[in-house]
Amino acid sequence: MNRYAKDFPILNQVVNGHPLVYLDSSATSQKPIQVIEAVEEYYKKDNSNVHRGVHTLGTRATEDYEGAREKVRRFIHAASPKEIIFTRGTTSAINLVAISYARTHLSEGDEILLSPSEHHSNLIPWQQVAKVTGARLKYFPLEPDGTLDPAKAEVMITERTKLVAIAQVSNVLGTIFPLKELARMVHRHDGILMVDGAQSVPHMKVDVQDLDCDFLAFSGHKMLGPTGIGVLYGKERLLEQMEPVEFGGEMIDHVDLYESTWKELPWKFEGGTPVIAGAVGLGAAIDYLEEIGMAEVERHDRRLAAYALERLEQVEGLEVYGPREDRIGLVTFNIRGIHPHDVATVLDSEGIAVRAGHHCCQPLMRWLDVSATARASFHIYNDEDDIDRLVKAVQKAKEFFGDVLG
Amino acid sequence: MSLDELYRRVIMDHYQKPRNRGRIEEGSVTVDLNNPTCGDRISIQMHVDEGKIREAKFLGEGCSISMASASMMTEAVKDLTLEEALHLVDLFSKMVQGEEVDPDEFPLEDIEALQGISKFPARIKCATLAWKALEKGVKEAADQG
Repeated sequence: MNRYAKDFPILNQVVNGHPLVYLDSSATSQKPIQVIEAVEEYYKKDNSNVHRGVHTLGTRATEDYEGAREKVRRFIHAASPKEIIFTRGTTSAINLVAISYARTHLSEGDEILLSPSEHHSNLIPWQQVAKVTGARLKYFPLEPDGTLDPAKAEVMITERTKLVAIAQVSNVLGTIFPLKELARMVHRHDGILMVDGAQSVPHMKVDVQDLDCDFLAFSGHKMLGPTGIGVLYGKERLLEQMEPVEFGGEMIDHVDLYESTWKELPWKFEGGTPVIAGAVGLGAAIDYLEEIGMAEVERHDRRLAAYALERLEQVEGLEVYGPREDRIGLVTFNIRGIHPHDVATVLDSEGIAVRAGHHCCQPLMRWLDVSATARASFHIYNDEDDIDRLVKAVQKAKEFFGDVLG
Repeated sequence: MSLDELYRRVIMDHYQKPRNRGRIEEGSVTVDLNNPTCGDRISIQMHVDEGKIREAKFLGEGCSISMASASMMTEAVKDLTLEEALHLVDLFSKMVQGEEVDPDEFPLEDIEALQGISKFPARIKCATLAWKALEKGVKEAADQG
């Protein structure tokens, strides 16, 4: 057990007779005691509604909530807290951009460029935008190893390209996409870059000003924080042009019988009572990650991905997907002739939690020419021992099905 | 939970040598179903004549449990009335959810081997996919009269 694992109470348990090895952090990460306690303390001491009321608890809750926003701003190096919108998660953040920005700024003849490896949540919102606006979806070609050749992307990005939507890190391939280059290319033609940061922000330092992305979406629960809280970063200039999509309390400035006006950024996008405790938990997760240092988190998660790749590639009959180098946080694989569900059931019987399925990436599964895959994904609490146990259990799965299938 | 309880020999036999895998050319009801959470896909076809399922076939892609279950289902429903087939769907669904059922009610003995699924809640949907397709097909056939 590594030195961070002790902070995660959930990891200290026996599953099916074996100590739990949790290798499904790309689906959701576990939470350190510091995050769990921060949420508990908030409910025990400060719970109240924000931005209203004069009483002391209301002030404390508002400070907690806005304090979390400031932590997020610093964490991704946004220019202003106005650029940090709290959402329910990555999906609702991307949908906010699709509905509020893209549907009003795109029209027939415009193009939206995507990678075929996108998660459904960074794919379907754009399909819907295309249907409503008449804009066209186009896909970058991927190299056989699941990387993107910037030169091939450059040819496709033209003055018709109004938006490029892409994940910084693929949740299946582990590929790190060359976003700085894409940002330059798309900006040269006055388009915008929408980044799905769900799999990158938890594992590496993401600096929105350095990347020069226009929007960045990510989820709290994949970065050691609670479920139900996520973030949309957007450049202030763009957010100012956008209308809210949810109307009601909390987001208004002045309300009349027939007309109303909105609060300023970021609150105009946060209708209703926000996920205050979730924001507090996310703030605590950021504190925890910053204490370790994102450079260290990245080194750790790259090292584990490289080690897992190396070990799994040595197993005969195993197919590993994605690039051989420059990958982070996960390894996706199949044992030839055995469906990944069956593999995952054997691993589970050994106390090892992996994901099996299409990982919300059906087009990418077709690109890989498989119906499903198994995926082991890591975070700071995992270590080489976990991967050794995974490899051993994979061997066991091979033997088990070798026997029963004869 | 033991893996041998789940992966019984008879199940693996159906997985490796699926019965009734293929297509029926004419006069059939077709149902395509996905398990959207995992990507398993199944397509079943039934030839229904005078209220009885004369033949059922399937094509699909999925794990050993889903494919073996489909294979057993196509064998079991042969010559059942639509009503009997629906009853079987209900019985099967109860069994894999761990409810006590009378094994003699299954027209095919092999099906009982899938009883072990009840101890693997994450895999129940794999086992029931083909049966959900059957249920849909039977209802369509009944509507067509």
